[in-house]
Amino acid sequence: MGILEIKGVNKRFGGLKALDDVNLSIAENTTHAIIGPNGAGKSTLLNVLVGKLIPDSGSVTFDGQSILGRQPHEINQMGISRVFQTPEIFGDLSVFENVMIPCFAKRDGAFRMHAYESIFAEKAIQQQAEEILADVNMLEKRHMIASSLSRGDKRRLEMAMCLVQNPRLLLLDEPTAGMARADTQNTIALLKEIREKRSITMAIIEHDMNVVFSLAERITVLAQGTPLVEDTPDNIKGHPKVREAYLGEAQV
Amino acid sequence: MFGLESKDGKLLLLVAALALLAPVILNPFPEGSAMSQFNAGYPDLMQRFVIFGILAIGFNILFGLTGYLSFGHAAFLGVGSYAAIWSMKLVTMNIIPSIIFAVIVAGVFSLVVGYISLRRSGIYFSILTLAFAQMSYSLAYSVLTPITGGETGLQIKSTDTPLLDKALEAGEIGRANLFGYGMGSSYQLELAGWQFTFNLGYYVAAVVMLISFYFAIRIFRSPFGMMLRAVKSNQQRMNYAGLSPKPYTLAAFVISGMYAGLAGGLLVAMDTQVGPERMFWTASGEIVIMVILGGAGTLLGPVLGAGFIKYFENIISKINESILQGWFAFLPDGLQDFMVAVVYPFIGKGWHLTLGIMFMLVVIFLPGGLIQGGQKIGSWLRRKKNVVAKDSTTKPAE
Repeated sequence: MGILEIKGVNKRFGGLKALDDVNLSIAENTTHAIIGPNGAGKSTLLNVLVGKLIPDSGSVTFDGQSILGRQPHEINQMGISRVFQTPEIFGDLSVFENVMIPCFAKRDGAFRMHAYESIFAEKAIQQQAEEILADVNMLEKRHMIASSLSRGDKRRLEMAMCLVQNPRLLLLDEPTAGMARADTQNTIALLKEIREKRSITMAIIEHDMNVVFSLAERITVLAQGTPLVEDTPDNIKGHPKVREAYLGEAQV
Repeated sequence: MFGLESKDGKLLLLVAALALLAPVILNPFPEGSAMSQFNAGYPDLMQRFVIFGILAIGFNILFGLTGYLSFGHAAFLGVGSYAAIWSMKLVTMNIIPSIIFAVIVAGVFSLVVGYISLRRSGIYFSILTLAFAQMSYSLAYSVLTPITGGETGLQIKSTDTPLLDKALEAGEIGRANLFGYGMGSSYQLELAGWQFTFNLGYYVAAVVMLISFYFAIRIFRSPFGMMLRAVKSNQQRMNYAGLSPKPYTLAAFVISGMYAGLAGGLLVAMDTQVGPERMFWTASGEIVIMVILGGAGTLLGPVLGAGFIKYFENIISKINESILQGWFAFLPDGLQDFMVAVVYPFIGKGWHLTLGIMFMLVVIFLPGGLIQGGQKIGSWLRRKKNVVAKDSTTKPAE
């Protein structure tokens, strides 16, 4: 029994079957990649997992509890964090405030009227934020306004914002999309480091095979809304069905 | 100080000192001198400075922090005023219960308006709040006349019998008081040609403004205030960080509505009457202009903006043609008439033109408002001082 169980999930957009009877189990403490050609339903699946879309049928349970029909912030409070294709950060706020906000969310829940307390008195939260910034090597940039960071630093900051909540499942939506080669290598290194330091389950949706094969422990190949195969990276590499799905798409 | 960081504590002290000494600071010119028309240190205007300052501080908590632009805040001001005067009509002419009642009623009203309006964001939110304010105005003007007095508004008449007060004499108009002391009571200080008026009503309003300002600082520096800035910055990330933006925005809306109600109650406390024009949409627009002019999202900006607009409205608008003739009397005749003709559209009834031009200049060149202007001048002066200091240290080496 995995930490995330997807059973018989279907989702239609008009005449298009975006997800067709998807069954998928993500085991705790693994890095699980979901790959597939364009239009395979990867993004739809991700949006179901974070509560942005509700499937037409099927069930999705996280740690035994159904997540269907819950709001994105409720799902986050259950322990699922998400990293976006383009980093979603609080651009107008400082780097330090960016990491403090998820700390408060973790401690105080989705809403609390803490209008009379002072931020400067929240020593425990400040310490948490400092530690995570040190972890991603951004402590010296703590006073910078987040929108002025480089693309790579924005990605690091977003990771820090997710990790500071100690999520049980981290969802990564094409974390290296549009990145230069060096940035991609840096991101891979960062993710590997995170994986080694923390017992965290990661689900990666990715296009770049280089990223997938250097990170994933399990790979699921999605095609036309249906999981084609699920196996270890080594077995996936030579799998005939995968070659077929990717024919003309990329060299596997 | 009072749980504030030292920088914020100093700011609060500065504002307190300015507010308490305002009757002196705003009257820099001797009575009867040519410049005395620029004096702003008379009770009626000073009261307006601080009351509209409160309104702007409250509006800034919503607009400056969350970025939600309400175009209907005058409705809460008006509702607060009506609530305050009804408290005076029915219970007592003392201002304290009526101000508290005004804040509560405005808070409840803003909860309803906010709950509905916050279903949309951006321009649609603004239009919804505008619609609510105009509905309130129209209702107060027509259908709700039994409660609002319609076009004539409300005053305390001798037919009103407040529960705790003794009856008024026939024909007497009721005036609000603080434990028997009238808001109009003043102490006049004559000092070698200068005349300073220390007015009780002003000091009551100023103290309330200082308390409001203190709470605004607390909110700005609280985790709650940080969440409000997060609402403005990225609601998507807020959601995926486990936070629900809606209740935060609604709370900010209600707080700013309560500030507006407080201002409305104080307006009634100072001048015991209400009319529906207080809720007209131009009044809502004025609040927006105050905050943007002063600097949205800053602590001091809104108070500054409110002061600027009220100063223009009351001082510049009073300059008439004959005063202008006097100013340019030293010029030859033809030139004098020419100068008067040039300047005339910008003063008196044309003060809106001056204000409009100033507003445009601020928005284009100082998007951070007058506060940003002050900061720019400050950093320019510091740089200049540093250059001078460097020069003086390098000179001996030559």
